[in-house]
Amino acid sequence: MSLELLFQYLVAGLTYGTIYAVVGVGFNIIYNTTGIINFAQGEFVMLGGMTAVTLHRVLPLPLAIAGAVLATMAAGAVVEVTCIRWLRKPSVLRMIIITIGVSIVIRELALVTWGESVRALPYFTGDEVTSLSVGGVHVSPQVLWSLGACVLIVGFLWFFFQHTSVGRQMRACAANRDAAALCGIATRNLVTLSFVLSAGIGALAGCVVSPITYTAYNVGTGLAIKGFTVAILGGLGSSMGAVGAGFLVGVLESFSVSMLPAAYKDAISVAVLLAILFLRPSGLFGSREAARLRAA
Amino acid sequence: MVRKVLRSRYARVAVFIAVVAVVQLATRLAGKEFFLTQLTMAAYYTLVAAGLSLLMGYAGQISLGHAAFFAIGGYASGYLTTVDLSARKADALVAALARLHVLVPRTDLYGGEALSFHPWAAFVVAVVAALAVSFVIGVPVLKLKGHYLAMATLGFGTIVYSVLLASERLGAADGIGSVPPFPLLGGLSVGGGRAIRVANYYVAWGVVAAALLVLTNLVHSRVGRALRAIHGAEDAAASMGVDVARYKLRTFVLSAVLAAIGGAFLTHFNAGIGPGEAGVMKSVRYVAIVAVGGMGSLWGTIATSGVLSFLSLRGYFGTLDDAVFGGVLILVMLFSPEGVLRFDARGALAALRGRSSREVAE
Repeated sequence: MSLELLFQYLVAGLTYGTIYAVVGVGFNIIYNTTGIINFAQGEFVMLGGMTAVTLHRVLPLPLAIAGAVLATMAAGAVVEVTCIRWLRKPSVLRMIIITIGVSIVIRELALVTWGESVRALPYFTGDEVTSLSVGGVHVSPQVLWSLGACVLIVGFLWFFFQHTSVGRQMRACAANRDAAALCGIATRNLVTLSFVLSAGIGALAGCVVSPITYTAYNVGTGLAIKGFTVAILGGLGSSMGAVGAGFLVGVLESFSVSMLPAAYKDAISVAVLLAILFLRPSGLFGSREAARLRAA
Repeated sequence: MVRKVLRSRYARVAVFIAVVAVVQLATRLAGKEFFLTQLTMAAYYTLVAAGLSLLMGYAGQISLGHAAFFAIGGYASGYLTTVDLSARKADALVAALARLHVLVPRTDLYGGEALSFHPWAAFVVAVVAALAVSFVIGVPVLKLKGHYLAMATLGFGTIVYSVLLASERLGAADGIGSVPPFPLLGGLSVGGGRAIRVANYYVAWGVVAAALLVLTNLVHSRVGRALRAIHGAEDAAASMGVDVARYKLRTFVLSAVLAAIGGAFLTHFNAGIGPGEAGVMKSVRYVAIVAVGGMGSLWGTIATSGVLSFLSLRGYFGTLDDAVFGGVLILVMLFSPEGVLRFDARGALAALRGRSSREVAE
């Protein structure tokens, strides 16, 4: 394999890695405040991309994306308020089943609304043939947009969790929910906020990568499995870990395509998931409990 | 006294068979005998749900990959009974199998002579395959709990689905077709066709009744008590000497084998199978059926599976088919997590009221 081809695979892997990383981070935000794994996480990404495509028919691109992100955040809030907020100490099994139900309902609503067709936003700058030359290799500017969005999201979350009052409250909630409640923190509202946040970042990522990866009503489940793989690989609860793991899985997948039939691409990441679960469930980057306390 | 008799599990199986017969008579009286086709298919899906009910309700372990075992059973049966080995007659192994009647000659689609596995041989392979796969997967997977277990089984399901979809030999997206009927005893056979529709209906639900008998006996035995103990508190059960890992694994394997049997029979009945049977949505459906029927209620699961599978197969839900299952799943888990048969209206209301009063307090 030539060095140039190697680099192309790397870039493709990083692009997909962006979205896996963001879904993984989304899992972490909700997991940290609630201890729930939200199986509908991938659906937020899909909703963001699809809504933006629809809004873009009447609105300019930046407004369409902003609208899609807001709409998806609202959807996240609705899911939390109707299906999670009022349950008292639900069992893990119950939460798994409810969030799976939510993901199916969102997906089927998307199918009814948008049909089966595959959609994409236009490229943000230039078009599909525009490319920047980076060290003799051609890279679509959209790849830089995706990486930039990922950096922006992680940077925003870091600032939010470290330097704002609400962010600190969420970390307190993650460390010990009962103690946080005793300190006067409205933990229930923070849970809603965690759903809104993770829906928002998922939607943004869904918009940014959609010109390259495309989006359809049924991409959510696959993204959820991969995002979960990434979240576990990076150590559940650790956002930085998830980002690193996201790029790792993306690149691994991209190189697997060069060696195996494309149909096995999805099987690769699942195999990684199973291997990690069996061999090192605390993730590659440190212990789970420590990661959970760090929160972001 | 009468109550006691009615409560015995054998009486319940008898009642079950009576209901099956009444349904058949009802379709005849209503002149809707074509319903029996979907009712027969529903029976085979019910087999999966019954096994999953044991796994989820009694052993407390979720599996989002049971459709994969159904597909493994179906594909093993379908592939082996349609593969043509006549070109390799000279091979010692093929010749020996042919002499043992494991391989039997049949006429293929184009009138030519083909040499394929006897349906019984294929069935045995299907069951053994499901047993082996569930054992190999179960040993590591069942060490996981909660979200990890759910995702791992979901992952297993997607791997099986994408492998089936990518395998040209297994018909890729089209699946396997022209699967021959499965001859049972005394001229009965599992397959399509109007002439054997009623017989097939009874065969299918008879298989379910047999499985029920096995499962209810299991639930009321030492094994059942051990499983309930595991569900209640795994550590406590272990400290009382219950071999937790072994019981979980055996339940998992048993439920996988039931799923494979369902898959094998349905493949013969429909004369084919496609990769869709292994899809994630199918696995979620089985979980939905168990959830609605009430975790740990075999009878509830059977009833829900019969009704929901039938309605879905008849196409009553239209394009909202999957959405109905998703919506039902949410509603049941929110308001009646013990299943619809144990709906606690007062409890649900209290939970809703509790929310409002608590919000005021906040």
